Amino acid sequence: MSNYVESLGQLWGPLLVLGQIALFTLVLLLSIAFLLLLDRKVWAGVMMRKGPNVVGPFGLMQSFADFGKFLLKEIVIPAGANKTVFLIAPILTCTLAFAAWAAIPVAPGTASGTSWVISNLNVGVLYLFAISSLGVYGIIMGGWASNSKYPFLGALRSAAQMVSYEVSIGFVIVTVILLVGSMNLTDIVNAQEGGIWTWHAFSFQHFPLILVMFPMFIIFFVSALAETNRPPFDLPEAESELVAGYQVEYGSTPYLLFMLGEYLNIVLMCALMTILFLGGWHGPFALGEEFVRDHPFVNAFAGLFWFMFKILFLFIMFAMVKAIVPRYRYDQLMRLGWKIFLPTSLVAVLIVSGYVVYLGVQS
Amino acid sequence: MSEIERLALDYLPVIIFLVIGAVISGLFILGSVLLAPSNPDPEKNSAYECGFPAFDDARMKFDVRFYLVAILFIIFDLEVAFLFPWAVSLGTIGLVGFWSMVGFLGVLTIGFVYEWRRGALEWE
Repeated sequence: MSNYVESLGQLWGPLLVLGQIALFTLVLLLSIAFLLLLDRKVWAGVMMRKGPNVVGPFGLMQSFADFGKFLLKEIVIPAGANKTVFLIAPILTCTLAFAAWAAIPVAPGTASGTSWVISNLNVGVLYLFAISSLGVYGIIMGGWASNSKYPFLGALRSAAQMVSYEVSIGFVIVTVILLVGSMNLTDIVNAQEGGIWTWHAFSFQHFPLILVMFPMFIIFFVSALAETNRPPFDLPEAESELVAGYQVEYGSTPYLLFMLGEYLNIVLMCALMTILFLGGWHGPFALGEEFVRDHPFVNAFAGLFWFMFKILFLFIMFAMVKAIVPRYRYDQLMRLGWKIFLPTSLVAVLIVSGYVVYLGVQS
Repeated sequence: MSEIERLALDYLPVIIFLVIGAVISGLFILGSVLLAPSNPDPEKNSAYECGFPAFDDARMKFDVRFYLVAILFIIFDLEVAFLFPWAVSLGTIGLVGFWSMVGFLGVLTIGFVYEWRRGALEWE
């Protein structure tokens, strides 16, 4: 991306970047609108219901109708609340969820080794890790500023939960970095070129490691569920105990921002899983170097298709989990995070690093 | 092009993205402020507590285990932050790097096992 910026001179560079970001944001928001509907449809399907089907054909316009309704609702700020923090919390959640997307590469570029990405950071993974760590602030601020008991308890629980699972997510990411030797997301995807066998979830080129990497993929998936407060780990908003957790006092667009941030994070986690474990934009079979060289644009759009297809697949998995699995108890949640996932992923880091060192994978 | 300029070019889009995200979120709230009715009354603005008038301060004492989890998190998250650059350069630092990290992780594991045995991870 940055070499385009250099070649276009002083004015066009920033304009191009702005245009790309605007387009990206628009596509992202529209996708979220339809993914939200898909989530509800899958959920309904599992329960043998029809789901939203009134607004537009097959209920396709449901999310837009919801948006209109949110917009026309009164913003109620509790009398005892800290008003500024109360309103900043949802803005922060949503902004951070947006910002994380800046580093996600979505398709291969037309030149080899490049990609379609807003900002091709050389520490991309670290950036995403940092941004997702900050996500906890929005929830803590929202719960604290509400000055009400349920939001306070919900925020505490939520913070402890997100923080616990972030550690195992970190270790799982390290195993992938060990195999690739780079924190750049484009490099990580390109290391998995050559078909389904080279994807990190299977990693047949490092044969015995499938026994480590596939469980790591599962751990990442489950941790992602906990990290985004999705069922079966939706304890912060467990409606039978905490009404709605940190969101109790929120309504109207501030609530919408929390929900938007949550779904942006879910899709981000799906994208991250795709990039780290499922080969990113690479299809399940290699296209062949000659084909890629002769048809760069076909390759780019095929890549975009595969990337979106994999995200969609993982998102449907997320939705299915929500519909099928009963909610965890809080002690079980903490046990799973600290006593099972953390030691397992720590041992996995040691095994993979030993493999990398003794077989010289990186050099 | 200097290192600083290259860095700025890399991170400028990120900053623009942050600003656009904040602007969109702000516009959502502004839209609701402008379009939605606003007629607050004391009942509507009181904190929700199952229909009772709220008693006690909402910011109450909480379980010390949340604090322990936070401390554990800081230790392990720092450890992960250490592991990132180590993982990238493992090909260069080789066996020495590998065994030093094993020692480092071993020390941390002792602390973790101690905390586990003392019951800091139990939530009944």
